[in-house]
Amino acid sequence: MPSIIRMENIVKRFPSVLANDHVNLEVEEGEIHCLLGENGAGKSTLMNILYGLYSHDSGKILIRDREVRFRGPADAIANGIGMVHQDFMLIPVFTVVENLILGAEPVKGFSLDLEKAREEIANLSEKYKLDVEPTAYIENISVGMQQRVEILKLLYRGAEIMIFDEPTSILTPQEVDELYKIMNFLRENGKTIIFITHKLKEVMEISDRVTVLRDGRVIDTIDTSSTNPHELARMMVGREVLFRVEKPSVRIGKRVLKIENLHARNQRGLPALNGVSLDVAEGEVVGIAGIDGNGQTELVEVLSGLRKIDRGKISLYDRDITNFTPKELIDMGIAHIPEDRRLRGLILDFHLYENLILGFQDNKPFRRGVILDLKRVKEWSSELVEDFDIRPRDIDVNAGSLSGGNQQKVVIAREFSRNIKLLVASQPSRGLDVGATEFVHNQIMRVKAEGKAVLLVSLELSEVMNLSDRILVIYEGKIQAEFDPKKTTESEIGLVMAGGHV
Amino acid sequence: MGILFNILNLAIFTSTLRITTPILFAALGGCMTERSGVINIGLEGMMLMGAFAAAVGSYFWGPWLGVLFGIFVGGIMGLLHAFMSVTVKANQIISATAINIFALGFPNLIVPVLWKGHYAMTPVVPVIKSIQIPVIADIPVLGPIIGNLNPIVYIAFLLVPVVHYVLFKTRLGLRIRAVGEHPKAADTVGINVALMRYIAVTVSGLLAGFGGAFLSVAYQSQFSQAMTAGRGFIGLAAMIFGRWRPFGALVACLIFAFADAFQASAQAAGVPIPPDLLLTLPYLLTLIALAGLIGKKAVGPAANGKPYFKD
Repeated sequence: MPSIIRMENIVKRFPSVLANDHVNLEVEEGEIHCLLGENGAGKSTLMNILYGLYSHDSGKILIRDREVRFRGPADAIANGIGMVHQDFMLIPVFTVVENLILGAEPVKGFSLDLEKAREEIANLSEKYKLDVEPTAYIENISVGMQQRVEILKLLYRGAEIMIFDEPTSILTPQEVDELYKIMNFLRENGKTIIFITHKLKEVMEISDRVTVLRDGRVIDTIDTSSTNPHELARMMVGREVLFRVEKPSVRIGKRVLKIENLHARNQRGLPALNGVSLDVAEGEVVGIAGIDGNGQTELVEVLSGLRKIDRGKISLYDRDITNFTPKELIDMGIAHIPEDRRLRGLILDFHLYENLILGFQDNKPFRRGVILDLKRVKEWSSELVEDFDIRPRDIDVNAGSLSGGNQQKVVIAREFSRNIKLLVASQPSRGLDVGATEFVHNQIMRVKAEGKAVLLVSLELSEVMNLSDRILVIYEGKIQAEFDPKKTTESEIGLVMAGGHV
Repeated sequence: MGILFNILNLAIFTSTLRITTPILFAALGGCMTERSGVINIGLEGMMLMGAFAAAVGSYFWGPWLGVLFGIFVGGIMGLLHAFMSVTVKANQIISATAINIFALGFPNLIVPVLWKGHYAMTPVVPVIKSIQIPVIADIPVLGPIIGNLNPIVYIAFLLVPVVHYVLFKTRLGLRIRAVGEHPKAADTVGINVALMRYIAVTVSGLLAGFGGAFLSVAYQSQFSQAMTAGRGFIGLAAMIFGRWRPFGALVACLIFAFADAFQASAQAAGVPIPPDLLLTLPYLLTLIALAGLIGKKAVGPAANGKPYFKD
């Protein structure tokens, strides 16, 4: 097979980090090539260079043996390169057609020729079996279809080389299968695919070859058929990795949280929770599985006091805590790992020592009269930074300057450092790499081992499966089914997540 | 009843159209700039500079060249705001406020230099005269209202469909709106975000300058200090009321202008209401109209007011 892309000795330095350190990558025409690595390994940086979004400091890029130099994405597109970004680059208030033609609009005179574009897109959609409705508005279609719109966007621009940046992180298992089918179909039609991921399972399932990156360097490029997940994990992390979380055996104790017939509305005032009932006991992890947007966000907001409910009752150890304020809930012993740590978990412009006392900053011993006892706060923060292995070990840096994994450690350190009764964890490993995920999971298991109750909400089905004692599936604001993780499969749960019945 | 009849004569409709004109220019400018994601509360100052430049131009070179000069200077001010908010990525409110303050002071500095003994006010300058549209002027009732107006009034109203067409039917418009909604998405498909914003903000300055020119060489016949009297801001409010759409903004401008015309007519007819109270009517109406929007979906472009940083 001839190589379609060669990146030679690519170096990219950001102010604080060497993101790509003499990286070599060779991709063959018509293959699915995985770029595997942890967060911060330099995969996305490398691909953003190939797509013209970043410029590299040194090194060469050759496409079909011809050296190219991109000044921006427009040059990359002109060379047949397209990218499906992790956060979709779609405009919600535009139609599919408008999104697709953007930057390459067909015109008749001065006017946009939307009719011609619509036809062309409908044809392309049919040819590649993408099943996209051209006149629909992006904000009204499913995430899966939005992703297919992104793929269509590349095809519409005549892309031959398609880069997928962690495309499965927001999909249901069924949608992932659908995506694999599409990718295989694209390969059969002669397209070359580069697939960025940190999930070993995906590498094994879909790729022909895989290049592993770690700390900005290429570890190796190998044929997928000649390797296995353990070897890949070792290459990616640089040490042995345990895949299964050790679940401590804890006696399930008294009921801690009880939710009865909970009704609440979402941000837009529409019903989001339609009669949720559940309970969680001491030493128990209850996992909520579901596709994004089925009420998980609202449920967690209710439990952290950020959202008022219409109807229903919430109690903690049989005490009614319905519609308590966040502060009251914190004082009641509810810990909260929010789904968006940057928005809800931390104040990015604040120092670590300030972030580490948020929520109980006005409690003893941090308060002396009306002022903060900064000396106490700092002593205490320094201990936490040590205990939870937060890097850098510097409580004076801003939370925003930390890596995702370390930011999450700050949240966890703060929440777990108090005497808690219930932990509400929402997507605790979102965006974290293998090492950091392992840490977070072990911490949650530690909480369980101490006999605390844990309510775990996650879009990552494997996470729910691995950590939970019981799994509840939420769909359209209602608990649809309960599963025992030892006696079920991902596809069985996936079916209920998508609105089906067991 | 008799008084009401005196107030609601045909002239009130003609003056509604005249009062609408400068506000409409600002509102259309607002549509352009905010659709691209740049907030421009400097429209007021750009309008004022346009008015001043038009009066100066008219005095030396005649009214039409004066209008062109007013548009040009408005555009320069727009360009300045684009530079501050797109290239320098300064706070857009502060940049625009600086422009507003500059426009208040600058004419005072120049007027005494150009005309000895004048201060804060230019001499009377040549104006653009109203024209009679042949067939339309003869239509009963409607003819006297819309058949005999200043050409700039007609231009303003014609610009409504033009701006609508540009924003919603052309390649340029699609790109401007894309940049205002999701600049990174636009960037990834090869659209020059900065260029789009420069174009949109500069055009908003041109339009504001045009509105100002109307004030000084058509509506009145000289420039006087702060003569825009908040029209740039009212245009922005009208644009928001019209949900960032030219035709919506037009409706809002007409409501405000009608209230203004009504109060003037009521004063003239000797309505036993203190004139100070009557003068508040258009502003009150704007306030009520805007308040009525609360709770309804009045969502502007998603990236409005946010500088775009490439990482």
